[in-house]
Amino acid sequence: MTAAPHPTYEVVIGLEVHVHLRTESKLFSPAPVRYGEPPNHAVHPIDLGLPGVLPVLNRKAVELGIRAALATHCEVHARSVFARKNYFYPDLPKGYQISQYEDPLATGGWLEIDVPAASAADDAYVTRIGLTRIHIEEDAGKSIHDAAVAGADRSHVDLNRAGVPLLEIVSEPDLRSPAEAGAYLRTLQHLLRYAGVSDADMERGQFRCDANLSLRRHGATELGTRTELKNLNSFRFVEEALAAETVRQAGLLDAGRDIQQCTLSYDPERHATRVMRVKENADDYRYFPDPDLIALHVDAAEIDAVRRALPELPEQKRARWQTGYELSDYDARQLAESRALADFFEAVVAELGGGARAAKSAANWIQRDVRAALGERGVEIETTRLEASALARLIALVEGGRVTAQSARPLVAELLDHGGDPEALVRARGLEAVSDTGALEAAADAVIAAHPEVVEQVRGGEAKGLNFLMGQIMKRTQGKASPGAAREVLQRRLRGA
Amino acid sequence: MAAETALALAEALTAGTTTAAELVETALARAEAARPLGAFVHLRADAARAEAAASDARRAQGAARGSLDGIPVAIKDVMIHEGEPCTCASRILENFIAPYPGTAVARLQAAGAVVLGRTNMDEFAMGSSTEHSVYGPTRNPWDPSRTPGGSSGGSAAAVAAGVVPIAFGSDTGGSIRQPASLCGVVGMKPTYGRVSRYGLVAFASSLDQIGPFARTAADCALALEAVAGHDPADSTSLPEPAPRLRAALTGDVSGLVIGLPREFFDADGVEPAVLDRVREAVAELERGGAKTRAVSLPHARYAIATYYLIATAEASSNLARYDGVRFGRRAAADTLAAMYRRTRSEGFGPEVKRRILLGTYVLSAGYYDAYYRKAMKVRTLLRRDFEQALSGCDLLAGPTTPELAFRIGEKTGDPLRMYLSDIYTVSANLAGIPALSVPCGFSDGLPIGLQLLGRPLDEATLLRVADAYQRRSDWHLRAPDPATWAGPGR
Repeated sequence: MTAAPHPTYEVVIGLEVHVHLRTESKLFSPAPVRYGEPPNHAVHPIDLGLPGVLPVLNRKAVELGIRAALATHCEVHARSVFARKNYFYPDLPKGYQISQYEDPLATGGWLEIDVPAASAADDAYVTRIGLTRIHIEEDAGKSIHDAAVAGADRSHVDLNRAGVPLLEIVSEPDLRSPAEAGAYLRTLQHLLRYAGVSDADMERGQFRCDANLSLRRHGATELGTRTELKNLNSFRFVEEALAAETVRQAGLLDAGRDIQQCTLSYDPERHATRVMRVKENADDYRYFPDPDLIALHVDAAEIDAVRRALPELPEQKRARWQTGYELSDYDARQLAESRALADFFEAVVAELGGGARAAKSAANWIQRDVRAALGERGVEIETTRLEASALARLIALVEGGRVTAQSARPLVAELLDHGGDPEALVRARGLEAVSDTGALEAAADAVIAAHPEVVEQVRGGEAKGLNFLMGQIMKRTQGKASPGAAREVLQRRLRGA
Repeated sequence: MAAETALALAEALTAGTTTAAELVETALARAEAARPLGAFVHLRADAARAEAAASDARRAQGAARGSLDGIPVAIKDVMIHEGEPCTCASRILENFIAPYPGTAVARLQAAGAVVLGRTNMDEFAMGSSTEHSVYGPTRNPWDPSRTPGGSSGGSAAAVAAGVVPIAFGSDTGGSIRQPASLCGVVGMKPTYGRVSRYGLVAFASSLDQIGPFARTAADCALALEAVAGHDPADSTSLPEPAPRLRAALTGDVSGLVIGLPREFFDADGVEPAVLDRVREAVAELERGGAKTRAVSLPHARYAIATYYLIATAEASSNLARYDGVRFGRRAAADTLAAMYRRTRSEGFGPEVKRRILLGTYVLSAGYYDAYYRKAMKVRTLLRRDFEQALSGCDLLAGPTTPELAFRIGEKTGDPLRMYLSDIYTVSANLAGIPALSVPCGFSDGLPIGLQLLGRPLDEATLLRVADAYQRRSDWHLRAPDPATWAGPGR
């Protein structure tokens, strides 16, 4: 999937992302935005497109749109215009979608993405992807063609989603690999959550992605003919589909054939893209300004107010942590990626008393143990039972010598799954560090007795033998021996004292 | 003799010499007598009786809601009235019952008005003769072989025939003023945004406006006060509260400057009698102390072309929701495309189809700039023409429509000729300014209307001048002869 660059062709990708805005009510009606309601229960006559109804803009959606635009360095326009996109479909109640066309809310921003290394031979890198535009529009309803629900010869329409506010975020064709596309989507998803713009939950349809892909020979400046991939419902499928489409297009070009402009879907079973519809000529949506709505005016004061109310975003957090906490660029980027993890990190630092030393400890524990446990479980920090205060207490126990790091590390996973008080856990498991001299002397004596030849080597000046003997003491104490105390006792006993 | 005005009826109700129940019975009896005219598409006799009884009960307890309380009114079949049918005279909405309240009708009900029924119209308000209706044509009370004009012909005819003192219509390009003129009643299109469009089934959203018909300007003032004023449910609604219009009816026009647009008096194809009566009416206002001056609207000659580009473009999109999916008529078919095609082919009449096709073409890629965008630019120029003309006068005057009521069937085969009926009225819609038509005489027994056009939000001056003119004239006191209505009917 994240294979090396294609030897002949450069891959050119642009992404269109649709995100649901986190509003109480719909974009143009007072109906609530709710998920999981019975079909057609979260609707108002306006959402049904009944004769005589009129739209009234939800200003909260505009505020969230401005937030997204500011978080992505876009220019927010003082005046933007809602336009009708006309087409017929049963889940489009009015026969048109209210969107923005010639005059969108915002244009011209960028997003910095971290692209992971494709292989051991590569490096991870950071690159900047341009944003063409951000505009506000309403979502359509859902058509249900499932024969089990609707019967073999019928379709049902659920309009709960009709009119839910959406942001369409269009990237420049700046992405050069499926991995970059995946990194872009992850970064954007985290950023929108950070800024409180959207819950961006893909499974709920709150974050949807269409991708355009074209190939051109390395060094060429003209763009090739592009195809459009639709309905990609996970980040993994986006990357897989783009990789598969690269293979398909390269095969056609290698055979001397032309790429036909078309819309494709991705079949994850076959790992292949499939043409859904060939575009003979451009769709004609007959856009025109919606005469039911006046132009949207956003003044500088409103933009400033939104800017002031923006939470600290990842790039600002990273900068603060790198200077204030002396975190490495790598740690700072990883910890700042999601708002929940960043908040967790900061809470642990605060519990540990703040400052660079506390930050270093918190970063080590989170990067090494917490992230590993999250990764194994495939979950995010906010869905686990691990409290920042609990992790901080565990770290404090280790740093205070009450428990060894080795004994403490497995407790992270336990706290993650079940929560609880680390100190009680340490006691209940009998994990207190052994620094009692008598117990350590007994263990050291037993080890010395059991390994006379190593003892000879150590006495002869070989340092690595000492580590072996320390390991044996740890083994005898189930890792509970306090390392400093144990080493001191062992050395004393070796000297025969 | 003309039927009583709403204000006279309100006085009688206050004095206790009549009751709302009596008024409803009278109105229902007159509606029955006027049945051959085809003015109504739906009478709500029982509901109206119940509402009248409720009004009388309020009054008995000293809780009458104002001058409209207990007055019977009619509304055009394009206005949403919760729980009532709303068909827009179209087959495609034949079974539609409105499940929500529209603002204008809700305000009328809050004022205590008794909605007697719904009036006939050209399908989706597209037409100038009230012939394009699934219910058949409405006939002109002054000559049942002729049309009442349109598209609000049912409301105009209902008032002219004396069934109700007040009716409401909608005016997109003249659909209140032209039938008011042809039926000899007062009809007003308020400033765009004055009356909420929430609950007005859209034809062309940037032009549509609800307004009243009555026999007098004073009744129009009463009617407009009840429905006007800001509505947060309509984003194009103006923020101003409902105006106090009756207070402006002083009967005095001295010192007012009336602009006479050259283009409205020089045009070809105007009935000479129409221009004669309009000039006489202006002269009467001059005798009352008004001054006149010539003004020019250089872009008025593009108004019809501009109007038919913008109105059809918006209509093609506004009428897309009649697709058979959620409400209204649905034709049986095997595929989605066939269902759409058959539903809309069977559901819409020929004039509506013509305008949807025209509007779809106007908005199509490759034509948008040449037609829609250009029309929007001309619209701006026309608006400036009116600003310029009205900067030196208080109002403008001219004919409402170039001709007298025409015969049923006379123009249905020639849409372009039909469109020219609106040559003097569409400009006010394009510019968003208020305008009214007031009766100013007859020719061959057919009424003629004087059109007054004013500054945005200055309905008061137009009503003041129309009221002053009616105090100096008696055209509005004449009534058509019900004996001529009997006949084949419907």
